[in-house]
Amino acid sequence: MSASSGSGVSTELQVAAKVVELVRELAGRAAEAEVNVRHRALALTRFANSAIHQNVAEATTGVRLRLHLDGRTAAGSTTVTSVDGLRSLVERTLAAARVTPPDPGWAGLTLPAALHISAGHPGSGEHSGLAFGFDEATARATPAERAERVRAFVDAAGGLETAGYCRTEYVSAAFANTAGQAVEGRTAEAAMDGIARNNGADGVARLAAARLADLDGAALGARAAAKARAAAAPIELPPGEYEVVLEPTAVADLLQNFSVFGFNGKSYTEKQSFAELGKEQFDPSVTIVDDPLGSRGEPAPGLPFDDEGTPARSLVLVREGVTKAVTHDRTSAAEAGAESTGHAAATSRSWGAFPAHLRMEAGPPVTGTPGEPAAVVESARPFLAHMRRGLLVTDLWYTRVLDPKTLVVTGLTRNGVWLVEDGEITRPVGNLRFTQSYPQALGPGRVLGIGAESVLLPDSWGGAHYASPALHLASWNFTGNASG
Amino acid sequence: MSHFDEAGAAVQAALDAGARYADARVMVCRTESMTARNGSVEDLGSDESAGLGVRALVGSGWGFYAVPDLSEPSARAAGRRAAQIAAASAQVAGPPVELTPSAPVTASWASECKVDPLSVPLSDKGDLLVRATTAAKEAGADLAQASYAVWDTRKWFVSSEGHRIDQHIRECGGGVTANAIGDGEVQRRSLPGQYGTRGWELVEELDLIGNAPRLAQEARELLTAPLCPSGETTLILGGSQLALQIHESVGHAIELDRILGWEAAFAGTSWLDLSKLGQLRYGSELMNITIDPSFPGALGSFGFDDEGTPAAKRHAVRDGIWVGVLAGRDSAAVAGLDYAGSVRSDGWARLPMVRMTNVGLEPGPHTLDEIIAATDDGVFMETNRSWSIDDRRLNFQFGCEIGYEIKNGKRGRMLRNPTYTGIGPKFWQSMDMLSSETVAWGTPNCGKGQPGQVGHTGHPAAPARFTNVRVGVHG
Repeated sequence: MSASSGSGVSTELQVAAKVVELVRELAGRAAEAEVNVRHRALALTRFANSAIHQNVAEATTGVRLRLHLDGRTAAGSTTVTSVDGLRSLVERTLAAARVTPPDPGWAGLTLPAALHISAGHPGSGEHSGLAFGFDEATARATPAERAERVRAFVDAAGGLETAGYCRTEYVSAAFANTAGQAVEGRTAEAAMDGIARNNGADGVARLAAARLADLDGAALGARAAAKARAAAAPIELPPGEYEVVLEPTAVADLLQNFSVFGFNGKSYTEKQSFAELGKEQFDPSVTIVDDPLGSRGEPAPGLPFDDEGTPARSLVLVREGVTKAVTHDRTSAAEAGAESTGHAAATSRSWGAFPAHLRMEAGPPVTGTPGEPAAVVESARPFLAHMRRGLLVTDLWYTRVLDPKTLVVTGLTRNGVWLVEDGEITRPVGNLRFTQSYPQALGPGRVLGIGAESVLLPDSWGGAHYASPALHLASWNFTGNASG
Repeated sequence: MSHFDEAGAAVQAALDAGARYADARVMVCRTESMTARNGSVEDLGSDESAGLGVRALVGSGWGFYAVPDLSEPSARAAGRRAAQIAAASAQVAGPPVELTPSAPVTASWASECKVDPLSVPLSDKGDLLVRATTAAKEAGADLAQASYAVWDTRKWFVSSEGHRIDQHIRECGGGVTANAIGDGEVQRRSLPGQYGTRGWELVEELDLIGNAPRLAQEARELLTAPLCPSGETTLILGGSQLALQIHESVGHAIELDRILGWEAAFAGTSWLDLSKLGQLRYGSELMNITIDPSFPGALGSFGFDDEGTPAAKRHAVRDGIWVGVLAGRDSAAVAGLDYAGSVRSDGWARLPMVRMTNVGLEPGPHTLDEIIAATDDGVFMETNRSWSIDDRRLNFQFGCEIGYEIKNGKRGRMLRNPTYTGIGPKFWQSMDMLSSETVAWGTPNCGKGQPGQVGHTGHPAAPARFTNVRVGVHG
């Protein structure tokens, strides 16, 4: 399960070393080069109308070279990993570097550094027992194993129409540069995401895990179906400010937008982010960590190094309401007078480096009557009892930023909304549009409660994970309903 | 160099492993992109990707497998693997799968291209972006960015029904953006990113350097411009914004896979009901939407789709009535339709699926100047800044970069943070004036599918006017 070719370049680290060797041969010792090699085996079994309708798998290897020579920089990539293919990549990238305009922002190469075994955050790294989240059985999962979980999801929905996917992914990666850094790692991930449908009312359940064995298709199908049944025949509510309980699936969207637009080091240095280091921008109950190495019972299976070879580590972004850090690659770090936080990606020089494994720390266990509705995530139930009139929201959808600086976002609810009155769910509600500043919603005094469990959730596009608790917020600005 | 043999080997191996239908695509893709910021090149990438994707139908189950190795043994192994995956689909089987007929075609097609984008020296391209961002910066932008992207795709398609088609499609485009950063917000003005199935001549026509100072000045003025007022009014949209309005509230809604529920869990479904095809009023009589992958130079143009169906123009909406969909061979068969032609994949490693091609609005009888002159009270908005729409493609909200008050037939004050919201059919039924000044706008970032695919779509559109629209939705 690694990169291979007919010419003897067989593992990711060997491919990376070969490219470094070719750079030395073709460009001389003055050239600075960094090489990323990723072998990816992705398989996804997709279902709709309660049947598998798309069932795909791929096994690909990509090699990316970034080269800096005489003050100029160019990058190139290829999927052709034969020696001829690698030589062509080096020649092409070298030719580009020789004619491109000067690059005054080049921040140099990562010097040799060991990978972090313990990420420095309580309970993470070696204590997770996950070896960077890698599970051999997940890496080798078969179409039949994925289909079994789909079967269980469909059956558990009790006759409701279902749709969704079961996904497994294995990545084996290596990095090498001309400064001597050479590291490798591998990860495996599984995810399941599905809805049940009940006469136009949908309910959802989704979960990511480092092990396919941890995904229970029947439990997820039952949750989605309970939501869909409870969401039938919704009423329409007028727009306005409502107290809300957001389930973890909805909170993941907040984390995603904080990640891309708020904690992005480039946005921060360009003054396009809300983030102000050292300032109390969130409620004191809020702590947000980026944890690519996994921690506690919530593994986040990222690679142990970034695209510049910088070792990944746990990073506290918000501690008890105070913004403590933003994420950098070498370029934005140099501009900010900081150090890389290990968040470089292929596009981070253009789009900025942002955290891909955010976790909002769970709140303390809540005592009291948790309530029984199966349609509600368990950790969200205690908050309903404290609500006089508000909305329980399962999911957010199609969120887009209106202003990056204030992080005002518009989007819609999806997959189940209910009106809560005097501590009880009284009616399902049709989807609503909102226009809301995300940091303002979590600002000091605005967070009334944080769920006692952070749930690991997959990103729609893969490659990122968000460990999210339920949130009880003082208000959320709904600006439209089904009528417009 | 042809890759029909490898594609054919994959198809034959899938048939030998039990498939009743199979097709395969070999694709060799070269992409090049550059970004510049504040007078310096920030990123330059040149990528090459080659591989084979094979699709097999066993019973009523599909399977797909992709490999980067183009040898015939690897292709045969991929074909067998696709059939195995298809067989596993039977564990949760659906109804029988049929394919709407498609005559076997042996053909070759290439997009028109005056100046090969990959032949233009990188130094010239870098100079263009450096000068454009320098011009914006000197004119007052706090942050100036410019970029271009080039895609050069060769593909060889073989099906078990006898299709053998090769295509060479070249696309490119670019843009420039000026940001002005205030104490509490960021204002942006950009040349709408323009992309097409054309050569470098498209980028040259954009005049990135000439437009940069105006954009910078507008961005700075926006910081102190009055906020777009809230309320219902007459709305005039510029062409590029209307192109995205078409994309989101028409293009996705007429995708047959969404209508059939195949995308229900992620991209969503559609408010359209197939039983109403041919009768439902989608918009006013000015609304004529076509699906036209043969539109010269637009970003969704091709000779054949990724199932081997030849490009052909058809109406999706005629005189305001919904009459057509974007379909593939399997979805068309389910719906009882006799046409397909809108199936595409974003590369060799992805399953072909129903995608937009060129979905555009036929020209109207007016000009933008005439529309403004005929408006007593309203708002003009142009260039998209944000977009959001529900999973049935009904409830939308768009933000634009810039707005202008329209009073007594004249363009008045600049307005900042203009937004508008509405419900698709109600909005389209309110369109009462439409310009003839059509431009084939391109969207190079249309996301759909799981695993995710990025589609390139074209949207011919011209400015238009809508009545009683809610504007000025703020957080």
